Amino acid sequence: MELVSFLECLTSASCLISQTAGGLKIGMLLFLVASGLTLVFGVLGVINFAHGALYMLGAYFSWQVMNTTGHFTLSVLLGAIGVSFIGLLFERGLLNKVYNAELLIQILLCYSVVLILDDLVMIIWGDEFLSSIGVPEIFQIPPIFILDAIIPPFHLAIISISLFLALLLWFLMTKTRFGHLVKAAAVNPSMLEALGINTTMIRASVFVLGSFLAGLGGALASSMGSIVSGMGNSILIESFIVTVIGGMGSIGGAFLASLIIGMARSFGAVAMPLFTDGLMFLIMVLVLILRPQGLMGGKK
Amino acid sequence: MIKKQKISKRTILKNAALASSAIILSAGFPSILKAENNIKIGIPTILSGRVAQLGISVTNAIKMAINKFNENGGLNGREIELIIRDSRAKPDEAARVCRNFINSDKVDVIINAEASGASFAVQEVIRESGTLCLHCVSETTSLTADPAIRTWNAFRFSRQGIHDAVGSAKYAANIIKEKGLKKWMSVNPDYAYGRDSDDTFFWALEKFSPSFEIIGKGWPKIFQPDYTEVITQIAREKPDAIYSSLWGGDLVSFIDQASLYGIFENTEFFAINLADYTTMSAIKNLPKGLHSATRYVAAWPNTQSNRDYDKSYTDLYGDHPTNWSWEASVATDYLINALIKTEGTDNKKLAEAMKGQTRQSFMGVGEGNSVTIRDRDQTITDYSIGWGTTIPNDPYIKDIQAADWDTIKNVEKEWLTNKGWI
Repeated sequence: MELVSFLECLTSASCLISQTAGGLKIGMLLFLVASGLTLVFGVLGVINFAHGALYMLGAYFSWQVMNTTGHFTLSVLLGAIGVSFIGLLFERGLLNKVYNAELLIQILLCYSVVLILDDLVMIIWGDEFLSSIGVPEIFQIPPIFILDAIIPPFHLAIISISLFLALLLWFLMTKTRFGHLVKAAAVNPSMLEALGINTTMIRASVFVLGSFLAGLGGALASSMGSIVSGMGNSILIESFIVTVIGGMGSIGGAFLASLIIGMARSFGAVAMPLFTDGLMFLIMVLVLILRPQGLMGGKK
Repeated sequence: MIKKQKISKRTILKNAALASSAIILSAGFPSILKAENNIKIGIPTILSGRVAQLGISVTNAIKMAINKFNENGGLNGREIELIIRDSRAKPDEAARVCRNFINSDKVDVIINAEASGASFAVQEVIRESGTLCLHCVSETTSLTADPAIRTWNAFRFSRQGIHDAVGSAKYAANIIKEKGLKKWMSVNPDYAYGRDSDDTFFWALEKFSPSFEIIGKGWPKIFQPDYTEVITQIAREKPDAIYSSLWGGDLVSFIDQASLYGIFENTEFFAINLADYTTMSAIKNLPKGLHSATRYVAAWPNTQSNRDYDKSYTDLYGDHPTNWSWEASVATDYLINALIKTEGTDNKKLAEAMKGQTRQSFMGVGEGNSVTIRDRDQTITDYSIGWGTTIPNDPYIKDIQAADWDTIKNVEKEWLTNKGWI
C-alpha cells in the first residue's frame, strides 16, 4: 500500500482535484450503463447478462454512423437509438418468453444473446479492433489546468451529460405518470393489468430505456477507446457491482454506487495501485455484509 | 389376403453392412485413404472474443505457406491438413483442445498459437505426449528459457521477452543520454507477460544507464476500457519517460485517452508493442514522436524479401500481416523444411532437423538475412528487432535503429545466469 503517496495526495490540491475529476468521469460513465441494468432488474426482475453486449453494440453503431456522416452528436444519438431498437426486438422476441422461467433459463438466454452478438459484430465489422470515433472537434483543445491539476475538457462534457441524464431519469421516474406506472408494475403488475394498464407496453418501454442507456454509454465510451467484440464484458461486471452496492433496482442507489466506485478506482490507484479492482469487490462485500439490500435498496 | 413377410434382425444388419461397404468402396474409400495419408497439424488458438485477430492472423499466415506446399505436391503426394480449434483464450480449454488433437485427431505436429497463460498449459500436454510443438505466439521468456519448463519437443518461433527487453533498454539508454530522462514510470498489463516485461526492461536499462529513477507504476487490468486512474497518476507525477508493454486495443485506448491529458507533449513514451499495423492504424490521432519497437512493419527489416512477404499476405487477405503472422510463417517454413529433410513425420527426427538450424528469412538479420533456432534452448534468435519513432500516417514509423544481437545475447546470458537457468 502506497500510504505516503495517498496522504500526500490528500494534502495536495492538485492531486485532490485531478483524482476527483477522474473519479467523477469514471463514475458518471459507469452510471449510464449501470442505471439501465438496475432499471431492468427493478421492473422486469431479470438479470440482463446481455446488457454489456448492448453497450458494445452502442459503440459499433456510433462508429458506423460516425464513418458515414462524420457527425459526432448524431453518431452518439443514433448509436443509442439503434441499440434501443435491438433492445425492443430482444425483449419482444425472446426475453418476454422467459419472464416466469427459472433464473438459470433467463441467464442462459441472455448469455446466448451475448455470444451471438459478439460473433455478429465480428462478422459485420471484422475481427480487428476499430479505432475510436474520437472526441468532437470543439474538445480537441489543450486540457484545462486548475491548481496544476490537468482536466480534459471532454471529460467535463461527459460528466455534465451524465449528470443531466441522471436528473432526467430521476424526473422521469419520480415526477411523471410513466415513472409511477413503472414503479407500480415492479411491485404489483397484476393489479395494474386489472386496472386496464398495458403492462406489456411498460415492460417493453423499460427495457428499451435500459438498452438506450447501455447504448449511450457504449457510444460515449467509443469516443475515447478502441472498439472490439466482447468489450462489454468488463463494464458488465462493474455494472453488477454498482447494482449490488446501490441496491438492486434503485436508480438513486446506482448513482451513489457509481460515484463510490469511480472515486475508489481513482484514489485507489494512488493508495493501492495493485488492488484497485480488488477494492471495488471489497466495497461490495462490505455492503453485502452490513447492508445486504444495498445502500438505497428497500428491505424485502 | 396379404401375407406378411417377416424380416429378421440378421437380414437387416446384413443388408446395412453391405450397403455401407458399397458406399465406402464406391465413394468414400479414396478420401478416407487420402485423409489417413495426410500430415495433420493441430493449431490451438484464439478465434473468438477480443483477441480473435491473433488466431486469424496466425492461421492466415500458416495457410498461405501450407497451400503453396500442397499445390507443389506436398511430401511425396502427402498433403498437409490443418485442424484449427478455438480455445477462447482459456488455458484449460487450450489443454483440452491439445489433448483431443493428440488422442482423437492423431495429429503429427502441433503449432501452438496461444497466448502465454495457455501456452504453459499446452507445454505440459505435449511434454507428456512427446508430440512436436512449435510455439509461435507466447513471448514469456521462461517458456523455453527455464530448464524446468523446457522440453525436447518444444520449439519457440515467437519473440522472447528478454530479447526485446534488452533491445529496448539499449535504445532507451541512447535516448536517456540524448535527452537526459531521469524520472521513469511504467504502465503494463497486470498479468504474467506485463510483469515479466516490466522486470526485464528495467533490469536491462540499469545495465546501460544506471542513473534513472522509477517514480511510479500503473498496472491496468487486461482489456480495461478506462485508463483514467492510471493517466491521472502520470499527469500528477510528471515523469520524463514512460515504458509500456500494453498491446492491441488496450494500447490504442490508453494512447487515445492519455492524448486528452496532453501526456505525450512533455513525456517520452516507449511502447514495445506499438508498431503493428493494426494497432497504429486504429489510434485516432497517432501522436508524432512516440518510441516503438517494430513488431511487424513492411518497412523493417528494409529488405525486398520482407516487402514481398507483406505484399503476398496483403494481396491474399486484404490486410497487412501482424507480428503473430511473421512468427507463424517462420515456424511453418522450418516445419516444412524439416518434413522434406526427414521425408516423414517422425517427431524425434523432425526435432533434430530443426535444432540449431539457420535459415534465410524475411525477418532474419543474421548472416545473409537468416534466423537461427538456437541449439541450447530451441528458441529463435537473430530476428528483426528495431526501434523508431512514430509518424501519424503510413508507414507510421521512421528513423528505425536496429538492435545489436551480440549485445542482446551477452546481456541475456547474464540474466539467465542470475536466474540460475544456465
